[in-house]
Formats: sequence, structure tokens, C-alpha cells
Amino acid sequence: MAKYIAQRLMMMLLILFGVLTITFVLSRLLPGSPVEMMLGHHPTQEQIEEARAELGLDLPLPLQFTRYISDLVQGDLGKSLRTGRPVLEEVTKRIGATFELTFIAMFWVVVLGVPIGVVSAVRQNSAVDNVARAGSIAGVAFPVFMLAMALQFIFYGQLNWLPLQGRLDAEILLDHPFERITGFYLIDTLLAGNIEALWSALRHLTLPVLTLVIVTLATVTRITRNMMIEVLSEEYIRTSFAYGVPKVRIYFQYALKATLIPLLTVVGLTFGYLLGGAVVVEFVFDWPGLGGFVVFSIAQNDFPAVMGATLVLAGTYLTINLIVDLLYYVVDPRLRVQ
Amino acid sequence: MSSPVTTKPFETTGPGKQVLEITDLKVSFPGLFKTVQAVRSIDLNIGVGEIHGLVGESGSGKSITAMSCLGLLPDSAVVEGSVKVTGHEINGTPEKQLARLRGGGAAMIFQNPMKALNPFFSVGQQMFDVIRCHRDLSKNEIRAEAEKALQAVQLPDPHLALKKYPHQMSGGQLQRVVIAMALACRPRLLIADEPTTALDVTVQAQIITLLRALARDHDLAILFITHDLGVVASLCDRVSVMYAGEVVESGSVGDLFANPSHPYTRKLMSTVPKLGLGEQSLDFIPGQVPDMSSPPAGCAFNPRCDMATDACLQPANKVLVVSKDTDVSGKHWAACHHVTGKKPSSETALSETLEEHNA
Repeated sequence: MAKYIAQRLMMMLLILFGVLTITFVLSRLLPGSPVEMMLGHHPTQEQIEEARAELGLDLPLPLQFTRYISDLVQGDLGKSLRTGRPVLEEVTKRIGATFELTFIAMFWVVVLGVPIGVVSAVRQNSAVDNVARAGSIAGVAFPVFMLAMALQFIFYGQLNWLPLQGRLDAEILLDHPFERITGFYLIDTLLAGNIEALWSALRHLTLPVLTLVIVTLATVTRITRNMMIEVLSEEYIRTSFAYGVPKVRIYFQYALKATLIPLLTVVGLTFGYLLGGAVVVEFVFDWPGLGGFVVFSIAQNDFPAVMGATLVLAGTYLTINLIVDLLYYVVDPRLRVQ
Repeated sequence: MSSPVTTKPFETTGPGKQVLEITDLKVSFPGLFKTVQAVRSIDLNIGVGEIHGLVGESGSGKSITAMSCLGLLPDSAVVEGSVKVTGHEINGTPEKQLARLRGGGAAMIFQNPMKALNPFFSVGQQMFDVIRCHRDLSKNEIRAEAEKALQAVQLPDPHLALKKYPHQMSGGQLQRVVIAMALACRPRLLIADEPTTALDVTVQAQIITLLRALARDHDLAILFITHDLGVVASLCDRVSVMYAGEVVESGSVGDLFANPSHPYTRKLMSTVPKLGLGEQSLDFIPGQVPDMSSPPAGCAFNPRCDMATDACLQPANKVLVVSKDTDVSGKHWAACHHVTGKKPSSETALSETLEEHNA
């Protein structure tokens, strides 16, 4: 087991290295340079040379890369060209907002998607199944940013039930400030017993989470349904029926556990999809997370910031999937070695 | 052997104390273009403690008959006729009441024990759940019952076995677990669908011996489905031979083996390999099991039968076989035009005779 985890961790490092290499090469090859952003319009040739030397962009690419990696190993992600602050600080400041958004979306996707999938499988071609199927096509077909804006239009523009963007109402920070411990505002406000801020955070979370849930729910529902149908045709399920085990218990205990392994895989992959979706969603909802930060950084050719954020997002995704792999052992007794 | 039966068993009700009464059962699967008639009118009665063999080739409708005894057929199946388990009608009974009967009235064991248990749950969890469904016992009592049942099927170290997962056990052990699970619900009828086919020959023999002992000790009736005539001869009291969704011959094991009357039964018996006869002994029945979406007219066996005449294009009546060798020939009948014997005046007369025997 320890050996397996060690292997997987090695694998993770290799993948991260690959991700870094690709991001590095892409950022250097794409047209546009951070120097232009720093110096404004019509800089002199001298100014440009000076700025390039300052950023180390005059060095050969391989040297730039080795320098970046050696800094990284020492925990230095460089400085953001846009804000001038260390990338590590910028990233850690924002990661909580992204995690809160994606984790809550993930929670709802699983809590809604799995039961809907089970019911769709058990009652094929029923109303639930048909609505889930139609919804899944709609959910996949609708672009994330369109959906986000449509929700804003309806719930803010027309109904005015929910706020347009951000994580909190502006006046909350003045009237009901709270200490940020975890970066998850729901938890922080709860810890502080700050009901006003909690309510505000909840209201602001609703639309972005809803957007993410709608676009990913379909995948989880469909896969749960298909896995469930497969498992329900297994002989051991027939055995349970033949011995008079109640239906609900068969579906939600005996069959669901057998579908857990493929389901866990899907949940791991879905998390990646959510992180990707969060980039767009955060931008549209002006959510102060890593996704919005990446979008701005790309637009400004802020290389160190883009690389730092990519590294953290990729690392998160890999970690989640490592946890998923380890959960296989918990679920499937056949994998456990004595 | 210690008995797992500690409280009152599932009551057998209705006349004649029949554990299983199948009357004119028909099962078909309507399709888009053709309807498959898997079972075409079957009558079968099994009395308390009787072991009844149901023999036939693959596709003859044996397993469908077995499944219909527990209402386990898929929703796509159209079922007609009556199936009564311990006097309770199965056909048309809502799922909830069926669940009570399954396991409690009749339990089933399956062909492949390796696939019959859920690989994600320990043997104990699965047994406890099944026992809990049928008997109102405390946690400790349930555990005790499970261990007792495992002892009854002669599984060594029941305490350890309960903690094991299916993949940690052999096929023979798993079949014992499945049988124990069935016994723990204390059914009156055990439906065994080719329970030894997937097992080693030595293990087969052990399971057969076990089933015989259990039937004797617990007054357990068994519907034993197989294509293995050797097993039937060593285990069963009565045997029914199925062909193309119908029973073509039925009788006590002694009578039927001594005097196989339907040509199909005779063919089936001649296919059993005999030692010492060399290559000649590998006999087979020419032709194929008929396509059940359009079965042959009359006696369904006529396309493969050496004795077939024009008469065989008409349905054959059940004829009581009069045998010189035994004096209990009243129970032995075959549905063939060529069997010379006492023709019952009507179907009722035949079933009365059969009931007399079973009572």
C-alpha cells in the first residue's frame, strides 16, 4: 500500500513537471510579451532591453526554465508581473474561493446526480429518466458562460432574488466583518457566528454553484444510470431478489456499492471539469478565485502567475484523483491484500 | 446435524399439502416481430419433503419455470396459469408480498455460486440481511442463526466464514453458503437451478449428499433442475422431463429410469456416456431444440424423433405408462402417441391419480 502511494506520488510529480513544461513553452511561444504590458505604449528599444533583462527574458529558454524550476523547488513561484506580489501569496489568497465554489458544486452534483441516476436506471423510460436524459443533453449543449449569464439575467435582472456577482455584499465587510481562517466563507462565517455574513455568502454562492452543477450533473447522472443498469443485470442482484431482500435495499445498498468504483472515477474526472468550468464561471460572476485570476493573468501575459496558478490547479486535480484511487481499496474488498 | 429450525416454519396451506402446485403455466416473451413461447403449459406438483427433478436440454424452459416459482421473471414476460408456493399464488401478486414469500416460502440456489454472492459485501453481511428480512430476531440471534445454518451445510469454522468475502472462498464453499442462506430463512421449498453444474465432480457429489440430507432432516421439498440424469437418479424421488416448454414424461425415478417411455427421454438416456463402450457410447440427439417462437405442430419432438408418424403432428395426450416391472406405475405418464398404456379418461383423472400419489 505504502509502495503504491509512493509510486502514485512519483507519477504525480512527473505529470506536474509535464504540465509546467507545456505551460512554460506555450507562454513563451505565444505572441505578446509581458514587457509591453509593463512599459505601456511606444517604449524605447533601451527600455525594452532593460525590462527583458530584469525579467530574465533575455536568457536562452532552457536556462529560463531551469531557473524557474530551481526557484520552484525552493518554494518560490516568482512574482506576479501584474500585481508585483509573490505568486504564491496571490494563489493562496484566492484558492479558498475556488475550492469553496468547486467543492460545494461537487457536493450537489453527487447528492443530486447519484440518486437521479439510480432512479433512472431502475425506472427506465419513466418521467424521471426522460427528464434526466433531456436535461443532460441541454446541460452539455449549453456553453458555460451563456448559462451563467442567462442565470444572472433571470435571477438578478428579472427577479432580483440573488446578487449579480462577487462573494459578499460590500456593506457586510463594513458592518459585519469576520476573520478569514479557512478561506471557505460559509465555514468562516459560521465559526464567527456571523449570520448576516453567512446569509450573504450563501446568496452569492447560489448562482455560480448552480451554473457548475447544471453543466456537470448530466455526466454523473448518465454514468450512474449506465453502471447501475449493468450491475442490476448481475446474478448476485438476482440472488438478493430471490431471497426477498427489499427493493430499496437492493438498489441503494447492494447495487450502489458495486457502482461506486466507476462512480468514484467519474467524480474524480468531474472535479477536473468543475475546475475548468470554474475559470469561466469565476470570470462571469467576478468571483475572487483562482479561475478569474488565471483569465486576467493570461490576458496580461503574466507568465509567473499563469504558471503558478496552473501548477496549483493541476496539483489539486491530481490529488483528488489520488484520493479517488485510494478509495477504491476501501470500496472493493477484492483489491485489499492480506 | 444441528437443525437451524428453531421457530415455526412457513405454514403450508391449501389442500393436499402441496408445497408447489403449478397448473397450466405458460410463459411467453412478446417481441417486436415474434413471440417466444418459453413455457407452454406445464403442470407440476411437489409434496412436502419431495425431491423432484426437472430435466431437459438448454432452452427447454427449465430455468424459466424455476424463476416463475418465485415471480422472478423480467417484466417483459407474459405469465399465464397458476403457480402456488405453499398455497400462496405467485402470479399477479404484488412485489411486496412476493418478497416475503421469496426465501421464506421458497428459496432458490443458483448455477454459478461464484457469481451468486455480491463481491462487495462479506458473507456475514449478506446472510444477516437475508435472515433479517424473514425473521424477527435480535442481532445476536441473527448471528447465531447464520452460524447454525453454516454448520448445517458442513462449512468448517462458520465464525470465520461469516467474516470472509466471496472472493476468499472456493466454489463449493460458496454454494454451501448460498444453501445456508436459503436454509436460514427456513423455506418449505428449495429451487435448485443446476446447483452443481459449475462445480468440480467431487464437490458436486458432496453438495448432492448435503441436499439429500437437508431434505430428509428438514422436510424440505426440492425442485432440482438439471440436465444431468446421473444426478437425478441419485437424488430425486420423482422426475419430469421437459422438452420445448412442456413436460413430456413424468414419473418416479425408479419407474422412469426402468421404463423410459417418451422417445425423447430414451434419447436423453442414451446420451449419457457409458464407460467401456469406446467411441460408440458418445451418442447424441440429432437436430436442434426447436425455435420457440414457432414450435413444431403437435408433439414438439416430432422433427427429431425416429418414430414420428403423421399422428405426431397432432398434440399428444398424457398416457399412463403401465409397467410390468413395478407395481406403482400409476404415477408414471408420458405424452406420446406411441406409448401404449392406460389412457386416462380425462386430464382430471390423471391429476387425481397424481394427487393421490403426492398426498
